[in-house]
Amino acid sequence: MNTSSESNYLNASRGWKSWLFTLDHKRIAILYFFAIMFFFFVGGVLALLIRTELLSPKQVLVGAETYNQLFTLHGAIMIFLFIIPGIPAILGNFVLPLMIGAKDVAFPRLNLASWYVYMLGSLFALYSIVTGSVDTGWTFYTPYSTTTSGSVISMTLGVFILGFSSIFTGLNFIVTIHKLRAPGMTWYKMPLFAWGAYATSVIQILATPVLGITMILLILERAFGIGIFDPAMGGDPVLYQHFFWFYSHPAVYIMILPAMGIISEVISVFSHKKIFGYKAIAFSSLGIALVSFLVWGHHMFTSGQSELAAMIFSFLTFLVGIPSGIKMFNWMATMYKGSVSLESPMLYAMSFLFLFGIGGFTGIMLGALSVDVHLHDTYFVVAHFHYVMMGGTVMGFLAGLHYWWPKMWGRMYNEAWARITAVIIFIGFNLTFFTQFILGTKGMPRRYYTYMDQYQPLHAFSSVGSYIIGLGFTIMAVYLIHSLFRGKAAVKNPWGALTLEWTTSSPPVEHNFELQPVVVDGPYDYDRIRIENDQRIYKEVKMKSETETKVGL
Amino acid sequence: MNSPGSFYLPAASSTMAPEVDALLQFIVVASSILFAIVVFGSFYFAVRYRRRKGSTFTDGKDHNVRLEIVWTVIPSILAFIVFFWGFNSYLKMNIAPANAIEVKTTAQKWFWQFTYANGAGSTNELVVPVGVPVKLLMSSKDVIHSFYVPNFRMKMDVLPNRYSLTWFEATQTGEYDLFCTEFCGTGHSSMLGKIKVVSDTEFRDFLNAGSALGTGQAPEAFGADLYKSKACFTCHTTDGTPGTGPTFKGVFSRSEAMSDGSTQLVDENYIRESILNPQAKIVSGFQPVMPTYQGIINNTEIDALVAYLKSLNTGQ
Amino acid sequence: MSNTQAAYLAHHFSDAEQQRESAKLGMWIFLVTEILLFSGLFVFYAVFRAWNPDMFINAHRFLDVRLGALNTIVLISSSLTVALAIRSLQLNDQKNAGRLLLTTILLASVFLVVKYFEYSHKIHLGLLPGKYFSFQGIEGTNPHVFFSVYFVITGLHGLHVIAGMLVISWVLLRTWQGEFSSEYYTPVENAGLYWHLVDLIWIFVFPLLYLVG
Repeated sequence: MNTSSESNYLNASRGWKSWLFTLDHKRIAILYFFAIMFFFFVGGVLALLIRTELLSPKQVLVGAETYNQLFTLHGAIMIFLFIIPGIPAILGNFVLPLMIGAKDVAFPRLNLASWYVYMLGSLFALYSIVTGSVDTGWTFYTPYSTTTSGSVISMTLGVFILGFSSIFTGLNFIVTIHKLRAPGMTWYKMPLFAWGAYATSVIQILATPVLGITMILLILERAFGIGIFDPAMGGDPVLYQHFFWFYSHPAVYIMILPAMGIISEVISVFSHKKIFGYKAIAFSSLGIALVSFLVWGHHMFTSGQSELAAMIFSFLTFLVGIPSGIKMFNWMATMYKGSVSLESPMLYAMSFLFLFGIGGFTGIMLGALSVDVHLHDTYFVVAHFHYVMMGGTVMGFLAGLHYWWPKMWGRMYNEAWARITAVIIFIGFNLTFFTQFILGTKGMPRRYYTYMDQYQPLHAFSSVGSYIIGLGFTIMAVYLIHSLFRGKAAVKNPWGALTLEWTTSSPPVEHNFELQPVVVDGPYDYDRIRIENDQRIYKEVKMKSETETKVGL
Repeated sequence: MNSPGSFYLPAASSTMAPEVDALLQFIVVASSILFAIVVFGSFYFAVRYRRRKGSTFTDGKDHNVRLEIVWTVIPSILAFIVFFWGFNSYLKMNIAPANAIEVKTTAQKWFWQFTYANGAGSTNELVVPVGVPVKLLMSSKDVIHSFYVPNFRMKMDVLPNRYSLTWFEATQTGEYDLFCTEFCGTGHSSMLGKIKVVSDTEFRDFLNAGSALGTGQAPEAFGADLYKSKACFTCHTTDGTPGTGPTFKGVFSRSEAMSDGSTQLVDENYIRESILNPQAKIVSGFQPVMPTYQGIINNTEIDALVAYLKSLNTGQ
Repeated sequence: MSNTQAAYLAHHFSDAEQQRESAKLGMWIFLVTEILLFSGLFVFYAVFRAWNPDMFINAHRFLDVRLGALNTIVLISSSLTVALAIRSLQLNDQKNAGRLLLTTILLASVFLVVKYFEYSHKIHLGLLPGKYFSFQGIEGTNPHVFFSVYFVITGLHGLHVIAGMLVISWVLLRTWQGEFSSEYYTPVENAGLYWHLVDLIWIFVFPLLYLVG
């Protein structure tokens, strides 16, 4: 695959054992990449099947039971196997140690273990698919999940196991950031992606154990009837919802915070402009991480909780929304007076601003108590969730993937096709999901196999949009795979970025850097540094006259 | 108090609906303005400051306290307006007026049962008078369901072993869709009903007739009514296609293969057992998901349903 | 970078101090996740006790306080022996460290044996969780819930005791092989931290379940 004669992490050792037993964070990132992309593909195919079934209120492909399994699997696979591990395990694993000038993560063996645990968890999920599948929705609400037929236990056991993988990654990142930063890399010289990964890891550590215990109790309830969620035995099904959302709401920030970190990187780099409000962005990530633990009840405004509880949860929901809004303003201000280049990573970042903007504002509608009563559990929620998660996290992931692709593989993809694809996905996405906002306000409930005729035109429209998204991802797969074999070799620093990962070769050498980097400059000092032919050129200010000096790093 | 709806909202037909819509419209307008500033602002900068040949040093200004205060405070104020407004309406939704009439609502897979104060009952069709607050005392017999009427902008989860309360006051006569919005299994999307809003006198007639259903009707015709009103049609078709359950077409006196391997002749007793104790014998190829109708249906009604099923064989 | 690296120093750390600190921070974070796991169960305990206050008092009488207290003493002693083992390593006394770690494992086994007798007594009486509950004579609402909570909490704690025994056996083996000294004993320290946590959780579990009301 790699024709370069220089030694790098890809060709340092050969054979399948050198991959399956590797302790190199970069190789583990690649292992994760293939596993997670496989599940993204599976989840995507399920989505297309769902949309095809919804072309008509009558049966198109499958019956009601199969349809219910399809949307459950789509949700469970996309959430637990793709979007939660996606950015941290692939891009975080690859980039984070490089960014902070470390040779590896703190616990390489734990890192490899997290991949094996991920694979084990995914096997349980797959096992559940072939043994009767699950039709509960990805939220596994009791008492439905404890009474339905199908293999709920192996699916929830899979989710429990995947939680360990998530905890291992988070634990590794926190220790790596605390203890392994290069000399001179102070906290405030850390790139914002590292801050995002740090905030994400905090949530992974604090929330995932609660999901773990919830899944254990659900399994015990289903297998042994311990009665704690069963209303007939003095238990309470709503208690399950509280526990589930105590994890699953912070979990959406596990998904979005690293994406926000990527957007901060990409917008600064492709504007060649110092990031606006570095500390505001860094600390708003931590603020979001902490407040996110106190808003779980906004998923339950119609479950009959007390008005006081609803009021508190609604208030905190608005509170957690404001830092995200501030970030949007900061990104806009970063572009002001910049030198903006609309290459494919930046196009995805712009998609992110647009789509996440809509996702955020529709979140405000859902946070407003009385409006939520109307919109809860309709397609409006489905659309909001996809705008935030796909329009936000997946766009951030794609921005990061295109941004770091040359570093990961040492190859450039075809930029023209990449830009066309970004536009296709943007259009397809809006056709698919903006339509669903209207379906939702009109009252179309979610998780409906069949629906009333009045909703059919909008459903058909939405399905056509999903095929366009599918087309976009197919083209992307083609040009990315093509780049691995035929792409032209990438230089060290193709985008002119100032963070450390761009000071090593593309792809990096086995232990990341030839020499231990020592950090002097800030990660976004575009006002006094620019890159030309992989070299830093400093602006010198001398007695009002400006001259330039060339300094190799 | 009544609007025809817009391209994205159904007609507002309850006292609460215009209030919810007003807040929704407010958020849409405020969000659109902020969205235009941030997103189109970014797009504008992307074009205005696009990269020309070669790389240059850029402006190093990375903060502006006044600007940052502005874009923190203004959205915060808007957020708090929305919060108080939403909370205020939510309180009204949750506190039923004292003069509300009460209807007991029971949800189960996959139909709605309504019982009125005088004992009259209906299935999947809630009849209420216009201009009178109606309080629903709701509970579920199996899993969690949720009672949702888009035109009224109301929704409330229906939980097993616990009562949940909600209320509404319809402002316009007519028929409105009722959906279940908490996923409850195979028939979730067929768990539909109607809210029939009628005048006060019609409502009283309905209540009076409620206790004398079926009198003066042929059993077959009464059975056909029950097939609809007791929601049998949700799972059992009459055109020969299998639904969640076996079709009723030609079902009487048919020999069915059971899931335990035996064969069962569909006679009067089997039909009766299948209604009152549905899990006892399951036709092969179907799931044991039918709820019992014990206590929901009386002997006369079972007789009528049997007569109706027989009538389906003679091709009526 | 020094040329004379110790065998235990991994390539990506610049010195032993950095490695030790990383390992300890990692362990503490892991302990946080364990605490949160059990916190979830304690919340369940609180909810069901608030709903059935009288039943909890009546049901807890069927737990044997003397056995619970014995187990508490056993676990606290085992915490002490682990701490002393680390102390011995700091003093380069590998032999004594080995003996103390072995004692810890034996004490953990005593805990499990006592737990076995408690469990079998309850199973015999039908004091079982949820739908298996068959005992008559506990007044109050939903007595089976108390035993659901009891078995889930003590069961999960028991699994942690077993995990702790495996971990300590592993460091014991390495101690016998002479891998640890006053210079490097981080794995023993971390195993000790874990064991203290298992002990600490029991110290919460014991009054919550055995000393209600």
